[in-house]
Amino acid sequence: MPDLLLELFSEEIPARMQTRAADDLKRLVTDGLVEAGLTYAGAGAFSTPRRLVLALEGLSAESPTMREERRGPRIDAPEKALEGFLRSTGLSKDQLEAREEKKGSFWFATIETQGRPAAEIVAEVVTRTVRTFPWPKSMRWGAGSLRWVRPLHSILCVLSDENGASTVAFDIDGIEAGNTTEGHRFMAPGRFAVNSYDDYAAKLAKAYVILSPEERAEKIWHDATTMAFAAGMEVVEDRALLAEVAGLVEWPVVLMGDIGEEFLGLPPEVLQTSMREHQKFFSVKNPSTGRIEKFVTVANRETADHGATILAGNQKVLAARLSDAKFFWENDLRIAKSGMTDWMDALENVTFERRLGSQADRIQRIASLAREIAPVVGADPEDAATAAKLAKADLSSEMVYEFPELQGVMGRYYAEAAGHAPDIAAVAEEHYQPLGPSDDVPSSPLSVAVALADKIDTLTGFWAIDEKPTGSKDPFALRRAALGIIRIVLTENRRLSLDRFIDSQLLRHKIALERPVVGDDVIDTLEEILDEIAERGVFGAAFRAVTDRLKADGNGPDLEEGSPLRTVGEMVPDLSTDLLAFFHDRLKVHLRAEGLRHDVIDASLSKPPADDLTLVVARARALQEVIATEDGENLVQAYRRAANILTQAEEKDGVEYRFGADPKFAETDEETALFAALDQAKAAIAPALAAEDFTAAMGHMAGLRAPIDAFFEAVQVNTDNEIVRRNRLNLLHQIVETCGQVADLDKLEG
Amino acid sequence: MSAATTKADAPRSFQEIILRLQTYWASQGCAIMQPYDMEVGAGTFHPATTLRSLGSKPWAAAYVQPSRRPTDGRYGENPNRLQHYYQYQVLIKPSPPDLQALYLGSLEAIGIDLALHDVRFVEDDWESPTLGAWGLGWEVWCDGMEVSQFTYFQQVGGHDCHPVSGELTYGLERLAMYVLGIDHVMDMPFNDPDAPIPLSYGDVFRQTEEEYSRFNFDVAETAVLFRHFEDAEAECQRILNEPHDDPKTGKRIVLAHPAYDQCIKASHIFNLLDARGVISVTERQAYIGRVRALAKLCADAFVATEAGGFRPADSAA
Repeated sequence: MPDLLLELFSEEIPARMQTRAADDLKRLVTDGLVEAGLTYAGAGAFSTPRRLVLALEGLSAESPTMREERRGPRIDAPEKALEGFLRSTGLSKDQLEAREEKKGSFWFATIETQGRPAAEIVAEVVTRTVRTFPWPKSMRWGAGSLRWVRPLHSILCVLSDENGASTVAFDIDGIEAGNTTEGHRFMAPGRFAVNSYDDYAAKLAKAYVILSPEERAEKIWHDATTMAFAAGMEVVEDRALLAEVAGLVEWPVVLMGDIGEEFLGLPPEVLQTSMREHQKFFSVKNPSTGRIEKFVTVANRETADHGATILAGNQKVLAARLSDAKFFWENDLRIAKSGMTDWMDALENVTFERRLGSQADRIQRIASLAREIAPVVGADPEDAATAAKLAKADLSSEMVYEFPELQGVMGRYYAEAAGHAPDIAAVAEEHYQPLGPSDDVPSSPLSVAVALADKIDTLTGFWAIDEKPTGSKDPFALRRAALGIIRIVLTENRRLSLDRFIDSQLLRHKIALERPVVGDDVIDTLEEILDEIAERGVFGAAFRAVTDRLKADGNGPDLEEGSPLRTVGEMVPDLSTDLLAFFHDRLKVHLRAEGLRHDVIDASLSKPPADDLTLVVARARALQEVIATEDGENLVQAYRRAANILTQAEEKDGVEYRFGADPKFAETDEETALFAALDQAKAAIAPALAAEDFTAAMGHMAGLRAPIDAFFEAVQVNTDNEIVRRNRLNLLHQIVETCGQVADLDKLEG
Repeated sequence: MSAATTKADAPRSFQEIILRLQTYWASQGCAIMQPYDMEVGAGTFHPATTLRSLGSKPWAAAYVQPSRRPTDGRYGENPNRLQHYYQYQVLIKPSPPDLQALYLGSLEAIGIDLALHDVRFVEDDWESPTLGAWGLGWEVWCDGMEVSQFTYFQQVGGHDCHPVSGELTYGLERLAMYVLGIDHVMDMPFNDPDAPIPLSYGDVFRQTEEEYSRFNFDVAETAVLFRHFEDAEAECQRILNEPHDDPKTGKRIVLAHPAYDQCIKASHIFNLLDARGVISVTERQAYIGRVRALAKLCADAFVATEAGGFRPADSAA
């Protein structure tokens, strides 16, 4: 059983692509070999900046020979049929065999697929893999047409067993596979031959190349922490950076240096970001001062001066970088201390989105909405508006221009420098949260108010201009915004009606969009409606209230088909409904992770209010819990039995049975008992619902199963007596209605 | 802080580093060209790169290109930023297989001891939206400092590059400051410090940095610039609309280079307008798109010239 060693040696592969590329190489080559009939015992893939490597153990020496027998046409079949058979089998007539069978004489072909040596298959599979490799970005070079991530220089492909090693012979665009490779670019230039994976790994180690990225990362982390520890310090953990740096070196050499004294006053986030983003340095913290005071850089070589020149160079570059950062910081602080008005003014000239106006317009809208949301989440409305106005001022700062990822973090520093209270300043940082599915949600009421307002403004804005996410396209991260709102609401079980705020903000967007094209009177009316939403809770009611009032005053607005007011009046509710449905979709995806069933959520969503997400989820959780119990089984069965008969009757009669069930028309004890049980259940359910104890409420509903079963046992609903029949159907309706108060049980599957 | 080189053969001035690069690349067979005589934002704009990277004809050139980035003006005060600076540019088509080694050789030529320094190729894909061009490559780091840009051109002016050119761009001031161990660009010796009249970079350029910073940020007349942009754009298109056959000489003379001059002009005017802060974020994209459209037209014209690989037989067909 031979082993296979494959190395694809190229110019420097981007660090971020290496791991994936090694995995792809392993997958594509092993899949190809297996498909061709080979087997192998084990596989390992590795990457360095200049090489992708695959090592296979225990590869079969050849693919098995396959024999297949096929029956062809009858001996006496027309010549054409025989020709077709010969063509499809690739044989000639003298290779066929005539055989007697019960149904007559037939031609038989035995097709033998010869087993092939592993080398031949390897050559084919590797060639195909290289030519179709799934690099995220690939290129051509020189005069050739082969694509690789960067110019591919050599291919090492060796099969080895106890009898020795042999090079697999093939050629890809003039690059001939061989048995040689190179060591470290500077420390061990020159090619050498290898005859197995072990030989390869050992020779590489001597040629200053650590093949395994994990091993390089471990060495970097070990050396860095040891070095920092010796200086009484600790390295700030950064796994993404560690993986990246491990992909930039073949022979990592860790060096630690000082950050100039004059830069230690910069915020730690600035130091860390500048060092990580520009220089790929690790930050080193002094635990006794809590400050970042040193850095660790990873060189790709040893030198005679033990890295002194390299470290001095790096230090110098860092000093230049941090001088810039310090310059930005000091300039920014000056503007911050003067109240940040320059920045706010500047945002008037920064476009957020062509149709949605400038960043300043956006901030104004967010502040208005934050003021409305504030009381609902326990924040002061004026503080919320102030915080919202400050929260994005740092977008004009030089530091955020240089390091966009510091937005919010800098805003907090600057708002504090401007003399704002810490809780208002914190909003600048926290209102962006959550940044991802695992990021924390803001918890302070002020931050919650502004975070919700910000995200609702974004969603309603893009809904208003019809830029909803489609398929995999979501350029404005609207799904993330919706999920952020859902998580902020659910994490603290916050109670709020999203509808009201969606309606308000949609209307604000519509007012801004319409302002240039409609008359002042229309804008005035729309603004009146906006104020009214706060009173009425939803757009529709506010719209009617205002237009009715205007009519009563004798200056009824133009509500003709196609009039601006009518158009907005129809559009806002439609968009609002659509956006709420988008929230519901996101909610389902989010809750699926915690195991809540799709149909259970649908059942809960079918009951108003569906815009109070905490309530929706509480009902769904209770429902899922209950239906797993005997009570739940009873509830569902009772409901279905009643609902089925009711629906059938309603369909047949073409009427709806709703009111007027009266115990005085009860004919049997079971019927009377059901009336009584229903009254009793209702009396118990109402307070449970009022207390939002949905589990208890459903328990009382489930208690109806026994009297219902007894009722159906004893009573024929469809009797000839119309009065009695109608009474019974009305009773069933009451049962259906009572049992459906927590969720629409029709939505449940199974 | 010590200079990056301590050996006896260390260069002593800015100009010596340039001269050594010239000598080195000449010895590697490049045609040493002179700067293009127009205002450009980077060495790539020189037709010896932009246009010559197109078509099938082999090419190898190296040159210094004075480059202007009006927004980077700092009145000569910032140690590293200048609105006028020099790039050293190498373009070889097709890219030779040992281009990385050749490049490293150029670092040694200017006195960087590769046994003492840490040179790395760090992913950096290059894209020029104004030229409709992109390529893959790296920024080259020496001890953590970016000293060059290394790119394999894949597309220029909307045309796929066949064969592919290898492009090297050195930011000369930064590289020289590093090699010479200088902290402020204005302190860098321009000629030999022991020359009878030693001149620093500041002696040569401090005043012009001041003048141009003031001009670029506050004085350049935007109304005139907007008009010049329109003129250059219209002129570029008009030039390219001329028939390929010259009525006077009867020869086939495609006006790729004169048109490209107008494209360069439009690009520089756009940069000036940008520095004046009169172009909004949304307009910015539109202006870049207009320059790119010109660059594409020029590229189309160049590949219809002999230098661009056009053969007379092609037109007969």
